[in-house]
Amino acid sequence: MKNDSVNLTIDGRKVAAAAGTTVLLAAKAEGIDIPTLCYHPELKPEGHCRLCVVEIGEAPHTRLVNSCTFPVAPGLVVQTASERVLASRRMVLELLLAQAPAAELIQKLAADMGVYETRFKKGHPQARCILCGQCVRTCREVVGVSAISMAFRTPGKKVATPFAEESEACIGCGSCVFICPTNVIAYSEKDGVRTVWGRHFELQPCQKCGNYIAPKAQLEHWAKITGEPVESFYTCRDCR
Amino acid sequence: MPKFESIKQLEKYRGKLLSSRKPPQVLVCGGPGCLPMGSEEVAAAFKSQMKKRGLKGKVVLKESGCQGMCAKAVKLMLRPQEITYQHITAEDVPLIVEETLMNGRIVDKFCYQEPDGAIKAHKSKVPFYQGQLPIVLSRMDLIDPGSLDDYLAAGGYQAVQKVFGGMKPDEVIDAMERSGLRGRGGGGFPTGRKWRLCREVPGEVKYIICNGDEGDPGAFMDRAVMEGDPHAVLEGMIIGGFAIGANQGFIYVRHEYPLAVKRLNQAIEQVRKVGLLGANILGSGFGFDIKISKGAGAFVCGEETALIASMEGQIGEPHPRPPYPAVEGLWGKPTVINNVETWANVAAIMNNGPEWYAGIGTENSKGTKVFSLVGAVNNTGLVEVPMGTTLKQMVFELGGGIRGGGEFKAVQTGGPSGGCIPKQFLDLPVDYDSLQSVGSIMGSGGMIVMDEHSCMVDVARYFMSFLHDESCGKCTPCREGTGQLLEILTAITKGEGRPEHLPLMEELCATMRDASLCGLGQSAVNPVLSTIKYFRKEYEAHINQKKCPALVCRALLKYTVDPETCTGCLACVRECPANAIHGEAAEPQDIDQELCVKCGMCQAVCKFDAVKVES
Repeated sequence: MKNDSVNLTIDGRKVAAAAGTTVLLAAKAEGIDIPTLCYHPELKPEGHCRLCVVEIGEAPHTRLVNSCTFPVAPGLVVQTASERVLASRRMVLELLLAQAPAAELIQKLAADMGVYETRFKKGHPQARCILCGQCVRTCREVVGVSAISMAFRTPGKKVATPFAEESEACIGCGSCVFICPTNVIAYSEKDGVRTVWGRHFELQPCQKCGNYIAPKAQLEHWAKITGEPVESFYTCRDCR
Repeated sequence: MPKFESIKQLEKYRGKLLSSRKPPQVLVCGGPGCLPMGSEEVAAAFKSQMKKRGLKGKVVLKESGCQGMCAKAVKLMLRPQEITYQHITAEDVPLIVEETLMNGRIVDKFCYQEPDGAIKAHKSKVPFYQGQLPIVLSRMDLIDPGSLDDYLAAGGYQAVQKVFGGMKPDEVIDAMERSGLRGRGGGGFPTGRKWRLCREVPGEVKYIICNGDEGDPGAFMDRAVMEGDPHAVLEGMIIGGFAIGANQGFIYVRHEYPLAVKRLNQAIEQVRKVGLLGANILGSGFGFDIKISKGAGAFVCGEETALIASMEGQIGEPHPRPPYPAVEGLWGKPTVINNVETWANVAAIMNNGPEWYAGIGTENSKGTKVFSLVGAVNNTGLVEVPMGTTLKQMVFELGGGIRGGGEFKAVQTGGPSGGCIPKQFLDLPVDYDSLQSVGSIMGSGGMIVMDEHSCMVDVARYFMSFLHDESCGKCTPCREGTGQLLEILTAITKGEGRPEHLPLMEELCATMRDASLCGLGQSAVNPVLSTIKYFRKEYEAHINQKKCPALVCRALLKYTVDPETCTGCLACVRECPANAIHGEAAEPQDIDQELCVKCGMCQAVCKFDAVKVES
């Protein structure tokens, strides 16, 4: 069934999409751009940010859905840039501008939509986290360790290690830092020590060139999941 | 009690129960309203008095589920006469035993009294009960919730007998569809259709879930049913499991309902023992079991996808639909989730037939609905009325009108995310569609009545603070939107509102309704939009004149002493926590507006009505 093709309409265009795919990917394949924030091709979409909303159905029975999770269906009618969609996206960006005044990505996305200022009360001027959850999902789905997760509900919601203590599960790989679209996760490397989520990780130097490869904890994690001896990872990619 | 291996054995046992002589009964209400008011002490007093007076074995004492009319706690029901007594304490018990149980005389002072003074002793004569049609609540003042015998004697598990006595799963679903029952948890999705969708999804393993995560402030419908008639829920679930093809059911109950958990566990144990749960129920070849899953009390976990996440041990956050739980639910298996009240309707529909059920209610909303009628009415409590009963009937007939003779202002239906319905809609028949047409929702059945002492801006602010606290924070519109709405509403109640706030809130609400991930965010706008729509003048008074017409918003109040009436008794001076009241003894006092914290204590203690408040 996955190989079947589904015919739908996106922005007035008749489109054929692979069954089982999402509206977002079907639109992308047609060159129709839908802005996204919490979406990442390597991660399971979760529909956090609501920036990718599109209007589905035919008047007067239309509604907004997030395109990153909504599956294509035969005969589905989609508008990716209706007034209602645009108004909703602008409002979401206005809310995010207030939540994370220092997040440059949000300022850029907002400016693209013609939103330059927020009418809402702003959070801390240095606030940058938009709770998109990409770091949490990367840690869980790509790295496979779930060292961090969302903690609390709305009023104090944040990304945190368990009990905000040093996470034993963390391998210091820094994938969360890499994926974060607003550069909010604190990270440093100094004198052979990487610090992330408040925990210090000793870095392993390459046996041949001496350049640091990765935290020892990460190489141990690799050894564990591959079944190879940890020493086999003590040579960096360049020297291998 | 034997283990029933066939329908015949169950029927025989029931016959034996029914043929035994029924002595008079005293049922002490053990519902959520009466329990904290001392129903256990009342029951203990009856026990010792009845022993003393030699009534042991001649009169049966029971603790029942919620008898409704919680404002009159502790409630009693005396059978077979169906006399209801109210406001009973342990001290009243000897008199009741002497007069009513021994001599058969009604004690007027324990009876419901009409505003004109008329005494109504029998349940059928009390207006609060007259307008009701109890189906789900029908056994509330009849049985001991801990007794399977009581439930069986009241016709319990007859529907299971009927279904296993020759109905096919499709016939059960057909009947559910024809009955017109819609989900009582708030969504209002047709129950039969939900069951059919799940039945038709291919798969060996399917689950059914009873959603008992009732979390609306002031609502206790589901709690009362789980505590007061747990077997009705189980019976509905057994039939549902059979119809859908699920062999395992779960009841998700919040851990703040310990009595509900206890009673459900007790009931599950009882029916396991007699073979109504487990393998090969009544020799039908169908096996089914039920487990309890306790929630940690997050409001959002009442949303079905969040509930499933919570049961799986994940963070209680909702997931985008599709996939719908009927297709991909608990642990990825097709799952039907229905609310407690929905399950509790199933057996009655099977017993009396779908046509009977569909004959009650309005065109698109069939049957009855349980409401917790609370707020500024005389008779607060649990009521069950046919769909289509008007708000006016609910407030003025069942509710007995506004407490203290005040003026009706609004009624909020559907829990925190319902809307506030003003006076001009008092004739509105209460059903799913009509409530929606005026900007509110049925929700799970909360009904909060407000009089002129309620400030609608403050009401909206209160519900928004609840929703903000309970929003899971996953999606932007709900997480940030509830926070910003709360920010603005708080500013308005403090006199810091600006004219542009109203259109800004309306604009924000439109996006929250459109783009929030789950029902919480989508409906969180109702209290704000409905109050702006129907009580705009009140918002404008706060924003433009910095006045709170209902005299609720503290920052906008001014307390003064009327020098003509003040005797200078200094009662207010002694009570004032801010030392803001000054003056000589026996002379009129003066309130320093800079120091005053507007707590209203001075007004409360003034015997001469000399403290005035204005806005």
